[in-house]
Amino acid sequence: MNKPIRTMAMFCMLLFLGLLANVTYLQYVAAGDLNDASKHPENRRVIEAAFSRERGAILVGRNAIAESKESDDKYDFQRTYSNPFMYAHVTGWFSFYSQSGIENTQNSVLSGDDSRLFVSRLVDLVNNASPKGGTVELTLDPDAQKAAFDGLFQNPELGNDVQGAVVALEPSTGKILAMVSAPTFNPNKLASHDLESVEVEDKKLNDRADEPKLNRAISTTLPPGSTFKLVTAAAALETGDYDADSMVPGGPSYRLPGTNTSIGNGGRACGTDKISMTQALEQSCNTTFLALANELGQDKLRRQAEAFGFNDTSLEDLKGQAQSVFPTEEISDDFLAKSGIGQQDVRATPLQMAMVVSGIVNDGVVMRPYLVDEVRSPDLDVLDKTSTEELSEAVGSDSANELRKMMVAVVENGTAGVAAIPDAEVGAKTGTAENCSACNDYAWFVSYAKKDGKDVAVAVMLQKVQLSNAEIAGGKLAGPIAKSVMEAVID
Amino acid sequence: MTQQNSFLGFVHRRRRGAELFLLILALFVGIGAYAAVGLGVEGEVPADIIGYGGWLAALTIACHVVVRLTAPYADPVLLPVVAALNGLGLAVIHRLDLADGTTFARQQLVWMTIGVSLFALTLIFLRDHRVLQRFTYTSGLAAIVLLLMPMLPFIGVQKNGARIWINLGPVGMQPGEVAKVLLVVAFAGYLVLHRDALALAGRRLVFVDLPRGRDLGPILMMWLLSLCILVFQRDLGSSLLFFGIFLTMLYVATERPGWLVVGASMFLAGAFLGYKAFSHVQVRVDAWLHPFDDFYGSGNQIGESLFGMAWGGLLGRGFGQGSPSRIPFAESDFIMGAIGEELGLTGVMAVIVLYGLIVERGLRAALVCRDAFGKLMACGLACVLALQVFVVIGGVTRLIPLTGLTTPFLSYGGSSLVANWVIIALLLRISDQARRPVPDLSQDSDETSDAETTQVVSLR
Repeated sequence: MNKPIRTMAMFCMLLFLGLLANVTYLQYVAAGDLNDASKHPENRRVIEAAFSRERGAILVGRNAIAESKESDDKYDFQRTYSNPFMYAHVTGWFSFYSQSGIENTQNSVLSGDDSRLFVSRLVDLVNNASPKGGTVELTLDPDAQKAAFDGLFQNPELGNDVQGAVVALEPSTGKILAMVSAPTFNPNKLASHDLESVEVEDKKLNDRADEPKLNRAISTTLPPGSTFKLVTAAAALETGDYDADSMVPGGPSYRLPGTNTSIGNGGRACGTDKISMTQALEQSCNTTFLALANELGQDKLRRQAEAFGFNDTSLEDLKGQAQSVFPTEEISDDFLAKSGIGQQDVRATPLQMAMVVSGIVNDGVVMRPYLVDEVRSPDLDVLDKTSTEELSEAVGSDSANELRKMMVAVVENGTAGVAAIPDAEVGAKTGTAENCSACNDYAWFVSYAKKDGKDVAVAVMLQKVQLSNAEIAGGKLAGPIAKSVMEAVID
Repeated sequence: MTQQNSFLGFVHRRRRGAELFLLILALFVGIGAYAAVGLGVEGEVPADIIGYGGWLAALTIACHVVVRLTAPYADPVLLPVVAALNGLGLAVIHRLDLADGTTFARQQLVWMTIGVSLFALTLIFLRDHRVLQRFTYTSGLAAIVLLLMPMLPFIGVQKNGARIWINLGPVGMQPGEVAKVLLVVAFAGYLVLHRDALALAGRRLVFVDLPRGRDLGPILMMWLLSLCILVFQRDLGSSLLFFGIFLTMLYVATERPGWLVVGASMFLAGAFLGYKAFSHVQVRVDAWLHPFDDFYGSGNQIGESLFGMAWGGLLGRGFGQGSPSRIPFAESDFIMGAIGEELGLTGVMAVIVLYGLIVERGLRAALVCRDAFGKLMACGLACVLALQVFVVIGGVTRLIPLTGLTTPFLSYGGSSLVANWVIIALLLRISDQARRPVPDLSQDSDETSDAETTQVVSLR
């Protein structure tokens, strides 16, 4: 009987080898997949571990606006936001249930799983230390951010229920220097370890009609109104037939082609027949740009808008950027005319309008906007620095110069006088957009400032304030906010 | 064989000292794991470590003393390996207790005490395993009665879909675990007598000699019995185990691979029928193929186990650092999932290798055993452990569909623990018989041949 016993011994050995091979596969080869929360969202171990992990900090300047602090409850670390309301839409929140903002898009770095952190992970493994996350340094300028935040929230004129957004860009690089959206929320409450209170708070935020979680700087598209006249002017200049002093159609009113509707200029001085393009922009003459839009045609206008970034997204560091829209399907001439003054079917995010100004300031080149400046190891060694990238050449350098001259004229002689800063070159354009007679008007203000080699482009959008429509005008309400942000950057 | 041994003058060494040394190592595993659980979960060495460790040590040393006195030539590796596994199992159950607020470890320690007592009683009263051959049919009948008991109306209990429990007042038991041992004894006794008839070849097909049709009776009966267990008790694991062990022993007794061919085809037919006919088999197979499709339903246990083991990775999270209590029934069938999570691949491999050691040492006892009954029984006992370990660990790690058996010596469960301790006692008894020197008959016969007509051979 010994022969079959030996055979059985071999057979049993094979069984055990099979078990060993299978557990090796399971716990070594397949483990990575099983521990990947994106492939197995039901794997609570991974989620809980990620939640209690020491995440890297999010830095603005030298200050951590989000960091993990040791906690003595069920989870080892508590995510803490030091200036929660001001940075809420940028950092996002890190809750047990979800992440948003930079917490979401930079999760692999912050959690320490990123391949760029491999060495640091290895060191932690050897030292038997729990792995630490990398640090993300943002492009934000704390002073500009504070100016933008105070402008929206510390402004008695706007009231407490203001809805709006401010974006500031560095035109030469595309760095986002400020990004504030109102209303805001407290991400600390969503990051709490008290999961029940998180659910209550989350529901409360989601149920609010004014959508505090929404980042209006990148996710809300509204008619840009007169600020879009910059794009129409750019398209006209690019044809080569116009410069800042060219005479363009003016007059008190313009009858939309194919209709009996006429649009006037709200009493601003737009001449009787022909005026210079500079004057048209200074006085924000609707008649001029309605006519120009029809003269240029939909194709040229659309191409110009797309060259500035319309009909596409450009920001990679945050999720949820909405596409700004210039219609691609053929529209009637009256609609086209109204699109030329940023009404009708045109929609833009505040970020998009800031990009338009940036392109004009940066000799016509639009840079890709970005928020993450540097990725650092837990020991703060720089692992990666975002390199700037040209998104498009929106206009030629000559056209850009002409546009800048005209924008400066708007500040010096026109509707945007509030933005003037002594000793600095400041150009701006106001906008007040209406979408329907019964709704709120939106106040827009886009501007740039240059001084001592520093420059900044700003877009301010006020979606809803406590004032009546008659009192809402882009320059008066939004202008001072833009001015304080520009001052914070160039001074 | 006996002749050969005495001619070569080869005598197995007793190696009891080696056994004691290994037992002390095993105690380090058991008590160390218990202390590690306390440190990992509560941050301090458990207050009852002296009492607990003392009791574990007392049980272990008692085993050693009994073996030293009653089976001095027994295999020295088996007992320490079992002690290590049992100690580790207790610690892991204790760790799950701390997470769930249960007291399974305390009960398991009581069961271990009972198991060790039965182990000792078996060794003390069963001085020669061949005695068991007398009880071939008795134990076969007892096994069938035990297997039928869960089907009885008042004492049978259905738990988690399988009707394999009986309720005897305060204690529940799984009679299948005890039947396992009795069946091996019955098979061994039966096959020793009938092996010659069963070894007769019938038709030759390709390279295998198939058995004669008229000899198919016993295997057919075993097949039907296994199917009954599958159908009426919904217990895939036991059904597979019993049929597998009969097949193995049949093959070993007859030395005819043809039986394996017949048996394997019958098994496949049974498995196919079972899959087609019974939804509970289909559910198991589906959960095996797609554990994450119904993660919050039928795939939950296996899915959490896979997540846990992946989470443990190479070195494990360490006691108290994982969440093994996420796995339903982690303390019984899925204890390997808990070990995989907190002790990692290293720990799981160590456990599998320990099982491998038990099985191979058991088969070694079968090899050197001098009588056919002992050979068959040792081989059967070793293979029943091997099959059970393969079926349960393979199921937990998704190598094969989950069938639901306890992990020997690790899982919480009294019947299983006690039965497995008895199996080890039987294996030690057989290996003691096999390794002890052949009684020297020549001298005795010279002096006393005139005085006595019958020789008395002392076994001690």
